[in-house]
Amino acid sequence: MSATVETGTRPLPALGPNRRLKLPKQAERTLGNGLTVIAVRRSAIPLVELRLWMPFGRTHLARGGMLAQTLLSGTETHTATQLAAELQKVGGGLSAGIDPDRLMLSGAGLVTGLDRMLELLADVLTGATYPADWVETERDRLVDRIQVAQSQPAHLARTALLKRIYGRHPYAVQTPEPDQVRAVKPPVLRRLHAERVHPAGAVLVLVGDVQPERALDAAERALSGWTGEGQPAELPPAPPLEPGPLLLVDRPGSVQSSLRIALPAVPRTHPDHAALQLANLVFGGYFSSRWVENIREDKGYTYGPHSLVEHSVAGSVLVAAAEVATEVTAPALLETMYELGRLAALPPKPDELEQARQYALGTLQLGASTQAGLASLTSAYAGNGLRLDFLAEHAARLAAATVDDVAAAAARYLAPALAVTVVLGDAERVADSLATLTPVRTEST
Amino acid sequence: MPTRRARIPATKYPVERFTLDNGLRVVLTPDRSAPVIGVAVVYDVGIRSEPEGRTGFAHLFEHLMFQGSENLEKLAHFRHVQGAGGTFNGSTHLDYTDYYETLPSNALERALFLEADRMRGPRLTEENLRNQVDVVKEEIRVNVLNRPYGGFPWLTLPPVMFDTFPNAHDGYGSFDDLESATVGDAADFFRRYYASGNAVLAVSGDVDVAEATALIERHFGDVPARPAPDRPDFAEPDLTAERRTSYTDQLAPLPAVAGAWRVPDPVTDFAGYLPYVVLAEVLTDGDASRLVERLVQRDRSVTSLGGYLGFMGDPFDVRDPTALLLQAHLPPGGDVDKVLRTVDEELDRLATDGLTEGELARTQARMATHLLRDTDAVLGRALRMAVLEQQRGEPGLLNELPRLVGEVTDEQVRAAAATLRPERRASIEVIAGGAR
Repeated sequence: MSATVETGTRPLPALGPNRRLKLPKQAERTLGNGLTVIAVRRSAIPLVELRLWMPFGRTHLARGGMLAQTLLSGTETHTATQLAAELQKVGGGLSAGIDPDRLMLSGAGLVTGLDRMLELLADVLTGATYPADWVETERDRLVDRIQVAQSQPAHLARTALLKRIYGRHPYAVQTPEPDQVRAVKPPVLRRLHAERVHPAGAVLVLVGDVQPERALDAAERALSGWTGEGQPAELPPAPPLEPGPLLLVDRPGSVQSSLRIALPAVPRTHPDHAALQLANLVFGGYFSSRWVENIREDKGYTYGPHSLVEHSVAGSVLVAAAEVATEVTAPALLETMYELGRLAALPPKPDELEQARQYALGTLQLGASTQAGLASLTSAYAGNGLRLDFLAEHAARLAAATVDDVAAAAARYLAPALAVTVVLGDAERVADSLATLTPVRTEST
Repeated sequence: MPTRRARIPATKYPVERFTLDNGLRVVLTPDRSAPVIGVAVVYDVGIRSEPEGRTGFAHLFEHLMFQGSENLEKLAHFRHVQGAGGTFNGSTHLDYTDYYETLPSNALERALFLEADRMRGPRLTEENLRNQVDVVKEEIRVNVLNRPYGGFPWLTLPPVMFDTFPNAHDGYGSFDDLESATVGDAADFFRRYYASGNAVLAVSGDVDVAEATALIERHFGDVPARPAPDRPDFAEPDLTAERRTSYTDQLAPLPAVAGAWRVPDPVTDFAGYLPYVVLAEVLTDGDASRLVERLVQRDRSVTSLGGYLGFMGDPFDVRDPTALLLQAHLPPGGDVDKVLRTVDEELDRLATDGLTEGELARTQARMATHLLRDTDAVLGRALRMAVLEQQRGEPGLLNELPRLVGEVTDEQVRAAAATLRPERRASIEVIAGGAR
């Protein structure tokens, strides 16, 4: 039976006129010590967001991981607990994170506490002490976290994919082994801090209910005493993808397979980038994409498939990811290759492109409409040598891309022949059917 | 008396409320600082209302609401929202189900049209139902069955704490129940719970009140009137003896534990409830909090710790009965008994000795930051106001929360801590079955 209601004939309302992307008021200054500070005004709530991006390429994996884990463990003037309490007093907090490109300190707090947050930030940057007992505790916590991560299918699939894509490049391994972490002692952290936690090349972003010039003054007052010469640690360019047999990573007993497909991509500034972003949306980059409509809404193979162009300092890559039921692993891969091939070989329909274009432009507006969104965007751009003005340039390129441009980008970057494919799942149950589609090489986790 | 404290700021989001003739309640909160809007429709039905034998149905039905409606084919809803530059989603909670989009403000009328269309009638077909049962099964696999700590503790603790089906059952649902759901069940569920009188629409962001009001009347005014069903009383007596259970998670590499205590009714006794919200933060917010300092740093008996109100983590969108939860992950071979004993000890100490100088004020300042940050996104504002309207008829409470949190006293937090006794506690232990 069907309880379908009667189909009416109400017309879909048209969209109102587009409102132009308005860039917020901002200011920038490079301090004498080499630190660049960017301040952006968005005054809707009485808070300020803080992001400090420090170049950290080519750092020893376990030492870098431990440095991020223990950077806030105390200074010459504050214990870790005091530091957290002092930040809390102004509604603030700081956290540290690391990836193969950068060390990042992030936080937010009441705007009335900006001076205090910057003071405490300076205290950490210039005076982190890595106390032995705290380091020991944090070392065990990091080891446990790595162990938990290693039991997550998404993490294991990502690990296998990175290794497969990057080979000997520093991006290939991004999580240290527990034993490497256990070997990191406080003197090593103090040395790494002295060698690498420097203002030269670093970018501090402040976004919130601030007058940009005054925020720059506040940052200059607080952080001018942070010194140290930067050591250039350039990353080699990421290697090109090398297609080959599908890599099947065995995870016995899995009730799902994790499908990961890497395809070539270009940096944000490349002339093909906007067209590639649109091609990716049409393929699998948003819910209304061909891939999602096919393997989720038509066939029910998966819950949340998605594809994304990932930008890093040394290169960009497009990654498509889906967790699919074990019994439909090969059919899901077949449909994926079909959708990639169809887009690479045939131009998208004009209305499909318009829909993707509106989505790309709209989400730029949405991303820039909160303090936290603006701060993260500004910081990500700055880490790649760009400024917020790029938002407008990129919007103009998205608006100008034609069907031919997008078709050309799809042919150049999304062709199935270029794909590097990794599947994590129960090999005994999926290997044979995958082998009917493509050569397969199996590994254990 | 506390030392100098950070002044707790407040928001002044304007609030316009009205009710359409068909019973639909509407909240508008304009803010023209960015050209974006948030639109939320909240129905007063959630996991607690699904019938026995139909576990997971409220959530499955949420999926069906995206599968086409009176004037829209399957997939059209997604395409029209995203094709207008927006994003969308929906989620199923214990006490409500929400549907929402955030869009550039030139898409206001389109968003209203889309929500009104499915309020009039979703397309409930056999094909779409079977498709979404498959999708939901994959969702459960990815979030519960194929990952360590899946469903911990939001699915695993309620059956320890509660005895009645509405409070204790698995809200994601069993595969058997999901597979046996019919289109008829869905049509009944829609008729009963998706009434205009059982819903709240909230619109926030870059809108003109008069224009938005006219558009809402145009699109929702002729949704047929249906009254809200009576909401049953889900009350259960408090625990009088400790309850404790455990299970082995074959994928989990390390032990974990969660414990919970019942708290006052969040709606009818908000003043009694609020100190517990503050208490959870005093105990667990950051390195300067009581339990992190003790359990993580000093004893090293846990490696991570969280504390919150309501099984889904938002203290201001739940009704009675609910709980204050603490959850922790332990190191290899960690001793769960010892962790629970230490928690009891620290609660005792807090109840007996009270807070230290400045401890409460700094916790409140940080809570204010979190509350303000959540409302900076237009959608966060629309969703919270919709739920506050639905459960309390008081959407403007959103503006008051930072201040009210700031007015909770040392004595109230201390008294709240004193009620978290071991004999009122339900807890569940995850035994690591996946240790290497």
